[in-house]
Parts: sequence; C-alpha cells; structure tokens
Amino acid sequence: MNLFCIGLSHHTANVVTREEFAGNATAESIARDAGCAEALLLTTCNRVEVYGVSNKRISTDEIARCLMAKTNRDPDSYAPPFYRYEDNKCVQHLFRVASGLDSMVVGESEIFGQAKKAYESARTSGAVGPYLHRLFQRAFRVAKQVRTHTDIARGAVSVGSVAVELAQRIFGKLSECKVLVLGAGETSERTTRALVSRGVTDLRVSNRSLDRACELAQAVGGRAVPFEDWVAQCREIDILLTSTGSETPLLASEILAPMLWHRSDRPLFIIDLAVPRDVDPSVNELEGVYLYDIDSIRSVAEQSLALRREQVAAAEAIIADHVTEFVDSISRGLNRFSQPPEHSSLGENPLHASEL
Amino acid sequence: MASAHECSVVTGLCRIAKLGRQPKITVPVERYFLIASTFCFLVAVVHTVIELRTGVFRPGRFNFFAIGLGFIFQTAFLWIRGQELGRCPITNLFEVFVFLAWSVALVYMLVGSAYRLSLMGVFTAPLVLLLQGFALIAPIDTKHPVSVQANSWLEFHASMSLVAYGVFALACIAGVMYLLQERQLKTHQLHSIFYHLPPLTSLFAAITRLLWWGFALYTVGIVSGFFTGHPLPRIQIMAAIALWLLYAAILQARHLKWLGPKRVAALCIIGFSAALALLWGITFTAELHHVP
Repeated sequence: MNLFCIGLSHHTANVVTREEFAGNATAESIARDAGCAEALLLTTCNRVEVYGVSNKRISTDEIARCLMAKTNRDPDSYAPPFYRYEDNKCVQHLFRVASGLDSMVVGESEIFGQAKKAYESARTSGAVGPYLHRLFQRAFRVAKQVRTHTDIARGAVSVGSVAVELAQRIFGKLSECKVLVLGAGETSERTTRALVSRGVTDLRVSNRSLDRACELAQAVGGRAVPFEDWVAQCREIDILLTSTGSETPLLASEILAPMLWHRSDRPLFIIDLAVPRDVDPSVNELEGVYLYDIDSIRSVAEQSLALRREQVAAAEAIIADHVTEFVDSISRGLNRFSQPPEHSSLGENPLHASEL
Repeated sequence: MASAHECSVVTGLCRIAKLGRQPKITVPVERYFLIASTFCFLVAVVHTVIELRTGVFRPGRFNFFAIGLGFIFQTAFLWIRGQELGRCPITNLFEVFVFLAWSVALVYMLVGSAYRLSLMGVFTAPLVLLLQGFALIAPIDTKHPVSVQANSWLEFHASMSLVAYGVFALACIAGVMYLLQERQLKTHQLHSIFYHLPPLTSLFAAITRLLWWGFALYTVGIVSGFFTGHPLPRIQIMAAIALWLLYAAILQARHLKWLGPKRVAALCIIGFSAALALLWGITFTAELHHVP
C-alpha cells in the first residue's frame, strides 16, 4: 500500500500554472480515474495537492492528467513542476502544510481551515478511508500543538492586523476605544474593518468630502465628523487612523501637546498610513503617544515574520516526533482501530497497515 | 480582600510562632526549607532564561507553580524559625530579607492571578531569588544583641510594614514591565516578550492599585509603630516617614495628573529601591542601638 502526495505549490509553480490544475477535479473523481483506494484533494490559492493511498504505484503524470481533466491542454506539452512525497515524507509534508510551515506567510492559520474543509469534502464524498482519516486527524492535532507550543502564529503580518495587534497591546480590549478615521480611502477602510472586527464600536470618520465620510461611516457603522472638527477630537479619541492625500503634515507636536493634558493618562495610538505622512514624526516623542507610519507598520510585520521563522526549528521538532510516532502506530496495525472503508467501491482491497 | 487575607496570614504566622512555649535549639531543617525554596525560585528563573534564549517565551503555569512551591517552603521556614524564637521571625537582617521575600511571593500569588498578570512571575522570581540568595550567602543570620521578647504591637508593626514592602516590590515589578512594554512600543522594536506582556493600560491600572494597597498597609505599619512602647531611633522614624511621604507624593501627583504613567512607573522602581535601603538602615540601626 502506497501513501503519496503529489502536487504543486507556490514553491514550485507560479499562479498561472497553479490555476491550470485547480478546480478541475474532485477527490472522488481522482480516486476513480487514477484507481486510488483513498484520495483527498487540497486546493488553495497557493497549492494544489492530492493525497492518496493505492495498492499500486500511481505515476505523477496520471495524477496531473486527473487534475487537468476538464481542460483541453496536453499535460505533456510542458513539464508542470509537480513534487511527489511518499510514505514518511508524505506524512511529514502534510504535517508541515497543516501547521503553516509550508505556507507563503509562515505560520498563517488559513491553511488549517482549508485542510479541514478539504478533508470534510472528501469524507462526505466517500473518497477518504481509514488511512487518510487517521493521517488527517493526526495532522490537525499536530497543527494545534505546533500553534500552542511555539510562537509560529504569533505576531501580525498585514497592515490591518499589525494595527489591531498594536492597539490591543496598548489598550487591551478595543471595545471601549474611540477611533477617529481621517481620510476615507480604501486603506483606511480596510484597517477600520480590522479594528471593527476586534470590537471597536465608537467610530468617527472625517474626510475633506463630507459625503465620502458619511459613506464610509455608514459602511463601517460609525458617524461622520466635519473635517474642520477632527483636531478637537484628539482630546478624547484613543486611536487615530489617518490616510489622507495631504501634501503637508496635518498634525504636529505643537497642535497635539496641549491636548494631551485633557486625556487623563489615556495613551494615544496614531496609525499614519498616508504617503506623504499626515503626522509629523516628532509627535512620537510626546509622552503617551505612539505613532506608527506605514514603514514602521511594515517593520513590525517583518519582525513578526522573522519571529515566526525563528520558531520553525521548534515546530519541525514537534512534527518530527509526530511523524515517527504516527508511522510507528500505523506499522503496529492501523486496522486494529479502524473500521472497514465505507466506500468499498473505491478501495478494492483491504488495507494492510504493515505495508505502509 | 487581598489586605484582609494578607493580615490574617501574617497574624496567623505570628500566632503560630508564639505557640512555641520555650525557645529551642536551632534545627537545621529550617535552613533546608529555605534552600529548597530558593531552589524553586532558581528553577523558575532558569526556565524563563532558557525560554527567552530559545525565543519561545510562553509564560505558562510553570512559573506560578514554581513560585507557589517556593512560597510553601518559605512559609515552612518562617514557621519553624518563629517557633524557635517564640515570636514573629523578624529579629535580624537575614529574617527580614526572608520575610520580605515571602511577602513578595504572597502578594504575587494574590495579585498576579487576580490581575491576569501571569508574566509578573517572570519578574517576581528573580527578585525573590536575589533577596533569599543574599540572605543565605551573606553572614547576616546573627543573633540579635538583646533578648527579643514577644511584643504584639512591634510584631504587627514590623510584619505589616514588610508586607507593604512586598506590595511596593510588586508595584516596582509592574513598573519594570510597563517601561519595557512602553519602550518597545515607542521604538517599534518588538521582542518575543512583547506579545506576552499585558496591555499598557492594564499594567498602569495594576501599578496604581498596588501603590494604593502598599501605601495603606505601610500607613497602618507606621501608625502601629507608635504603640510598640519602645523608643525608636529618630533616624529610623525620619527615614520611614520620608518613604511614606515619597509614596504619598507619587499618589498625589498621580491623582492631580502631574505625572504621566511612564514617570509613575519609574518612580515605583525608585521608591522600592529607597524602601530596600531604608530596610537595611532600620535593621542596621536597630542592631546598633539594641532596639528589639
């Protein structure tokens, strides 16, 4: 019995190539067309992978043909950069994928949900049997352990999530924070939505065009503030998110400093996403004011990524332990714990764990 | 709640100590308890250092349990020592340091969990280790020059003041955490520890509450000192009042918004350093003037 993984990912193929092989097949169709006892198809924006169990060796080309089933292109016309992992390597690869180690953004958690969805879909269609069931259940367990015992998922890596993370480090719960959004562009909207998703309810939007301010305020559940009044708002707000098209700074230390007296020791977090910047850098020198411009936000994101990369070794160690343990447990006899496959039409022969 | 609990623990400890009818010969086992306690705190510190070095810093329950176990051994030490002396064991600098370390651990157990400041244990363990390590190594476990008789007011005064110092120590630790977090946010350089530190506003709220608790306990301690019936050296009284005034000034300035959170956090560190110096001075002058 062969356990294998055949696929292509952002490591080996560009998006155009990945598109060629995505969305043309299902786990069931692959199991049927390629003659696998079990099959599971994992398709995300960064990878197309087939996990399979078969009695005979199934070639990479055969799986490639299955993935291209609905396209007219000849798979032999170019060499798609498929990779192939078998047995232990396949187990290790899946554990790495589920844990986010193989992702474009190391440690991202979306892949976990996508793998679960792929598993559910294959299970519903009857393409998953005891081998893949145990393999994927273990993969989910490993992924959770990696996230719990390392900092692999720690730190934000996008502008919106960095802003939210920093705000939480300053204020704790964001539900009590008052936020002023200055400038109603797309960047502001995205970051505002990230803040709203973490509980911000008191939102004020100010823009040179009041109509646009009203529009955004309505979209994010806030209220519009006339542009000439936004400076006065600095007395009471906790977070200022600014992204206007102004050529000169709108906020300087001289304007902000007198207002800090009225703020009752509440810190002021300023996120300046504008280029050129809306807030003079000297504002960061004021006590209780934390100013982050687009470069510093990116720098934090890079630090988070670096931190995640530092965690890879610890995560790999956890995975290595699980791979050994899993392969041993399978060797000791998977069939002792498993039920006969429900999809007898797909698996012609009973599975023999010792053959893995 | 915390204060009531602390008082009952301290009073209970002193009462238990008084139960020892006759002073006994020193039993070496008490020292072993103190060494075991110090070892627990050392383990907590080493564990943290290893985690920080590997970059996988996760303040879990380990520190809390290590400090908890260390606290139990500390209590055992103080209980045995108290039985030997027939009074609350605060008769020399050695005992004072151990009692202070015990107070710090006690307040951490009460406050650390209540304010969800689990990381506080990371900072508490080194401080306790330092206090106890010094007490164990330095030749300061000398017998008091005069026979020290049990005096309820004196014991209450000393123990209450030391628990107040414990609270100030925790305020100092919270201050260090605040400054660390604040600096990382200002400079945009975020270390792994950043993600485990409590939010700035929570830390400052904890500092303020700890300052108030410490100040209240210290006030009770100072006032009770006037009922001891023993004439105390003027320098001791002056220094104690100076420390009380320092904390009163911090709280007043905080109340009137003259000081920002960062300065309050820094003053907590200065205040506790002054308290430690004062503690040394009090014990030194007490031995010099043969004050019980």
